[in-house]
Amino acid sequence: MNSSFNYAEIMETINMVSNENLDVRTITMGISLMDCADSDIDKTARNIYDKICLKAKDLVKTGEDISRDFGIPIVNKRISVTPVSLVGASADCEDYVPLAKALDHAAKEVGVNFLGGFSALVHKGMTKSDEKLIRSIPAALTETERVCASVNIGSTKAGINMDAVYTMGKIIKETAERTGDRDGIGCAKLVVFCNVPEDNPFMAGAFHGIGEPEVVINTGVSGPGVVRNVLSEHPDLNLGQLAEVIKKTAFKITRMGELVAREASRRLNVPFGIVDLSLAPTPAAGDSVAEILEAMGLERCGGPGTTAALAMLNDAVKKGGSMASSHVGGLSGAFIPVSEDAGMIRAVNENVLHLEKLEAMTAVCSVGLDMITVPGDTSAETIAAVIADEAAIGMINNKTTAVRIIPAAGKKEGDCVEFGGLLGSGPVMAVNQAKADDFVKRGGRIPAPIKSLNN
Amino acid sequence: MNRAIITVIGQDKVGVIAKVTAVIAECNVNILDINQTLLQDIFTMVMLCDIGGCNVDFKRFQEKLDDVGEEIAMKIQVQKEEIFSYMHRI
Repeated sequence: MNSSFNYAEIMETINMVSNENLDVRTITMGISLMDCADSDIDKTARNIYDKICLKAKDLVKTGEDISRDFGIPIVNKRISVTPVSLVGASADCEDYVPLAKALDHAAKEVGVNFLGGFSALVHKGMTKSDEKLIRSIPAALTETERVCASVNIGSTKAGINMDAVYTMGKIIKETAERTGDRDGIGCAKLVVFCNVPEDNPFMAGAFHGIGEPEVVINTGVSGPGVVRNVLSEHPDLNLGQLAEVIKKTAFKITRMGELVAREASRRLNVPFGIVDLSLAPTPAAGDSVAEILEAMGLERCGGPGTTAALAMLNDAVKKGGSMASSHVGGLSGAFIPVSEDAGMIRAVNENVLHLEKLEAMTAVCSVGLDMITVPGDTSAETIAAVIADEAAIGMINNKTTAVRIIPAAGKKEGDCVEFGGLLGSGPVMAVNQAKADDFVKRGGRIPAPIKSLNN
Repeated sequence: MNRAIITVIGQDKVGVIAKVTAVIAECNVNILDINQTLLQDIFTMVMLCDIGGCNVDFKRFQEKLDDVGEEIAMKIQVQKEEIFSYMHRI
């Protein structure tokens, strides 16, 4: 054709979108709320509402316009804000539920489906404000619809704050009980992190870090279906050649995200932050990370070979993606949320995929134990111990790990929970019954690891 | 130059090109290149157009082609050129 591209490339792009669920998963606007602080909690809430409504008033429309112009679905338009424990610190109040409600109202007003940043960073210790925020989480997540909360309890530089880990075990239990009539959906909006990134555009763990500008645009790309299909077309390649194919595909997916991010940045007159090059599954048929691993040659995700296959996939995605964008950040890698991935759900139902294997998988991919539903009688101590295990993997390996776990009230192993929409549905997974209560109750901090003598 | 790619995909029938290009001409959009293939009965046409002189806004242009698409039972997409060049080229 009379241009720098050809017919085959055009049809490839069209096919990726029409048949392989390629989309931009989210455009997330980060907004600093540092200037909203006030000694009066109601005034702080009003400031927060006003600032978000002002800065994000054109976000959803711009996202829809870009989607229409380029013919690329942009699934979610979202907002991340400064951790509320910082914004609320000077307010004279008992809890931060009024601030969560202000965030929820603002999210509804501007039309975004989730807003992240009801957050605290407590990897080394808690301020009074951090304590107040964490105490507010169960009520905040019960009484709001679109607000997401996250707490960072560890880092490679600081170690793991085990007092905070135990507290979060209890908070997760309380949140699950309060939203028990909806299968514990509050916990689906709560993430506990180690080494949390400050520019992650994906929910539920997004917040606007203190090193970020006043307002910023970050995007998250997706496309597990595209990668799976391209792998299915190459059954005879060896793994080195397969990695090359994944890299090329990740490159194309990320370029699309970069274009959308730059265009959104230009139209909104807001600086472009990063592209998060993650393979984010959805419950839709064919949009599954587990099915990519199966297309690589595994009978089922969760069996032997899964960790190796995932490691290669994750690395190839990063290599291809980082060539495609000038600024890569966020979580970047493959997500393995159980309830949001049809292949993962199938593997759990067939008793092939267990919590322990998922934990091993998180050592080589982005994030961690994500959207895991466990029996409602799982104790706060056991949940805290699961968080500690996951945080230890992140701390030692210098990577982000996280836990989003739902102890669904009244449910037992083999039952099913239904969250709806992108959060999906999932089987209740078995938890090892050996107790870690005494370990968790010791409290204190697990010291930061030595980074020489690497083994 | 302000360019867009129009793709028309569906069951082949009489008058597809005539119907589609009539709307394109009516909107003062210039076709720079056409590539058309027929695989079994599936008709695929890709057109590179200059939309710089388009006499309606981009959204309206898309809607007009959507209407034609509905009329002839084919899928017509209009996308800004950058999405293709950005995705496949450095």
